[in-house]
Amino acid sequence: MTATEKIVGNTANFVDERLGAAKWVKKSLNKVFPDHWTFMFGEVCMYSFVILLLSGTFLTFWFDPSQKEVVYNGAYEPLQGLKMSAAYASTLNISFEIRGGLLMRQIHHWAANIFMAAIVAHLLRVFFTGAFRKPREFNWILGILLLTLGLVEGLLGYSLPDDLLSGTGLRITSAIIQAIPVVGTYVSFFLFGGEFPGTDFIPRIFTLHILIIPGIFLAVITIHVMLVWYQKHTQFPGVGRTEKNVVGHPILPVYMAKAGGFFFVVFGITAFISAVASINPIWLYGPYTPGQISAGSQPDWYMGWLDGLVRMAPPLETHAFGHTISWNILIPAVIIPGIIFTGMALYPFIESWITGDKREHHLLDRPRNVPNRTALGVMSITFVMVALINGGNDIIATNFDLSINQIMWFSRIGIFILPPLAFIITKRLCLSLQRADRELLLHGAETGRLLRLPHGEFVEVHAPISPEKAYQLQSHEQLVPLEIADVDARGVRRPGALKNKLKRRLSKAHAVSIPKVTEQELKEIENH
Amino acid sequence: MSNELTPIDNSALPQHSPRATDVNPASEKRAEQQVAILFGLSAVGSLLLIYSYIFVKDNVFIFIPIMGNQNAQQLGIGIGMAMSLFFIGIAAIHWAKTLMPDKEIVNHRHEFRSSDEDRAELVQTVKEGVAGVQLGRRKLIKRSLGVAAGLFALPPVLLLRDLGPLPGKKLETTNWKAGTRLLTDPGNRPILASDLEVGAVVQVLPAVADMEHRPLSDIAKDPVLLIRLRPEEFQLDAQRLAMTHEGIIAFSKICSHMGCAVALYEQTTKHLLCPCHQSTFDVTRAAKVIFGPAARPLPQLDITVDAEGYLVARAPFNEAVGPSFWERNSQ
Ligand code: HEM
Ligand code: FES
Repeated sequence: MTATEKIVGNTANFVDERLGAAKWVKKSLNKVFPDHWTFMFGEVCMYSFVILLLSGTFLTFWFDPSQKEVVYNGAYEPLQGLKMSAAYASTLNISFEIRGGLLMRQIHHWAANIFMAAIVAHLLRVFFTGAFRKPREFNWILGILLLTLGLVEGLLGYSLPDDLLSGTGLRITSAIIQAIPVVGTYVSFFLFGGEFPGTDFIPRIFTLHILIIPGIFLAVITIHVMLVWYQKHTQFPGVGRTEKNVVGHPILPVYMAKAGGFFFVVFGITAFISAVASINPIWLYGPYTPGQISAGSQPDWYMGWLDGLVRMAPPLETHAFGHTISWNILIPAVIIPGIIFTGMALYPFIESWITGDKREHHLLDRPRNVPNRTALGVMSITFVMVALINGGNDIIATNFDLSINQIMWFSRIGIFILPPLAFIITKRLCLSLQRADRELLLHGAETGRLLRLPHGEFVEVHAPISPEKAYQLQSHEQLVPLEIADVDARGVRRPGALKNKLKRRLSKAHAVSIPKVTEQELKEIENH
Repeated sequence: MSNELTPIDNSALPQHSPRATDVNPASEKRAEQQVAILFGLSAVGSLLLIYSYIFVKDNVFIFIPIMGNQNAQQLGIGIGMAMSLFFIGIAAIHWAKTLMPDKEIVNHRHEFRSSDEDRAELVQTVKEGVAGVQLGRRKLIKRSLGVAAGLFALPPVLLLRDLGPLPGKKLETTNWKAGTRLLTDPGNRPILASDLEVGAVVQVLPAVADMEHRPLSDIAKDPVLLIRLRPEEFQLDAQRLAMTHEGIIAFSKICSHMGCAVALYEQTTKHLLCPCHQSTFDVTRAAKVIFGPAARPLPQLDITVDAEGYLVARAPFNEAVGPSFWERNSQ
């Protein structure tokens, strides 16, 4: 026994005699993680969260969360002598006088963007492959919660430096809160400690940004990952992979080395981007004052789509009985996001209601094999993209020589027309991909080589595909619509006729698909 | 299902094919060296960071193509850190991929649903536990518990009461009163009507006691834009026209949509534009909304001149400035 082995052995013995952990750890180290490049998005989320914790903690050492008025006399000459909040002055200080401070600010901000992008990519992967199905609905809902928290956390962080841009964002936030009927004004006064902007808000959101929300994040992420651990990861279908097993590399050593290495890679790339690409140069915007604004005011992209919806809203207000209801704010900033996020959270249950499928699923869908779901996803992406484009309408207008008017009308009409169009096109596309799969299975791969038959006809030579590939192409289930009769076995009308009708129609739309190749068809081809 | 077909055996994993590093000692050696080089690059990065932090002055700039002039210290620290992290990661992954065992293994899944016996036992245990509490029998405890639980929830809410004052009429009032002088912002100078040429735009604030320390919440409501047109350019009704002075018209600068500063004035069209969501207001028609999501015109301030000829407000705003809120009377 070497000396190291002895030390390790003794330590392990010490721990195990007190916790009895050996059994559990042994089992865990043999845990298998399947491999696929799309499974990395979730990892990127986790790693960028850690990067945010580290860089954010660094910033707290110098950041002064206070709206006390100070006169700036720091290193950045153009702003010397100006009155500003201590928060803004300390952010200038971090940027210009703390070595590596600017880098850390940029790492923090870039990591926030990467974090949100990874959450969205992860969510789309889970959606399009059906990984949210039973038994993973809890984790889907936790994911939506993390996405929402991320939006809020990012908005609050963006507001902390108290520059002209972030103040403008807060002004808009306060207007949204004020627009909520009955309680809005009160909520706004309680949050801001009086009228906007007051002097309490930055210290308050600081506590939220660095303590409360990261704390909730940490708890939710922990549960999320523990559930993945306990329920085991899903896997793509393939030879040797079934609903009853999971195939991949064990935690120790390969997965550990790869995942650990990947953390450093993500951190390294974030640091590189932050070293060469400036983000949020707050010294160019100046300190916040509500009487001024910088042209081209923009939120971060993950808020941009909401801003775009607000921009395209029609100028509608209801004035009655001495009260005002701002539909132009409530619809785009409260009602639509509310519907979207609730709909997303409930989607697993909606789909299982439509398909009547209550089984556990551990094998992932190829998106083409569930055309309706895939089309719904692309439709939602299109909706958000149109909104996002409109959120940048001023920037697009100046860069592409268009008028804001043109872009606004494009968006106002496009937001109604393009998403349904995307739905129809995607559904057709999925079906033709299914058809192509079917062809491939029946006739093999096209080789591009032509063969001249004795009687002069040309045919293309088809090469047979590998058994693994063939298996992959036919391992999915054929979708079938639910059969719901309006009358029961004794011919009596069942209650809920309207609900049944809706369910039948949705189920039929969901089950549209190309018939799978049958054994008989294959045989016929072979005998040919 | 009838059309399921199982042309190949799905019980075994596909054949595991060995990597070059598994069979060829030369490529194994090479992979080992590559990993070492990658770790070495990481060390170089750390050294670059340390060097830049300690020895590079923060006023040194170096020119880098495409990026332009860059602060050498920031760049050195950043690139050093990026290398130091990135290459550790790449080294570990390369090591795992080429040299660690790459055989896939299989774990088995079990259904999550507990067995019926376990479920029944759980129900039994819970039932017994609940029965032990005896809430059904102890009416007095049940009621007092209800009272305590109900009241117990109130203090935490009450304790938050001092987060802010009640709104009262604050959103409907500004510092503009009858006779308040219009002062330039910045500068705090009073303005003669003759100071403004046709086509001019000036931002003004009300004269108040302490002009050096205006609270930001005042600056969020008080700013006003003065614009001078030729009187015949206005298309106003008599009442609105009477609120102007010699072609000078005054509007709240705070957007009626969500409260941004309406900062852009277009001379040729006489439009005011809010950069936040592009609401556009026509100055000649009392700031009527002609584009964008704002639903109300900008409030107009009634102005005149005082005995010394300086511009003053004739009356406070007759409606709340800024974004809408539930209690706002917008008729
Ligand atoms: C988990 C998600 C988080 C997100 C999405 C996020 C996002 C942001 C953003 C966008 C900024 C503005 C950065 C700028 O350009 O200046 C910011 C600032 C800041 N954040 Fe975070 N953050 C997160 C977590 C944290 C944590 C955990 C801490 C501290 C423990 C922290 C501390 C700070 C501080 C002190 C600032 C203001 C200083 C400055 O801007 O220079 N953040 N955050
Ligand atoms: S705040 Fe002016 S248009 Fe929205």
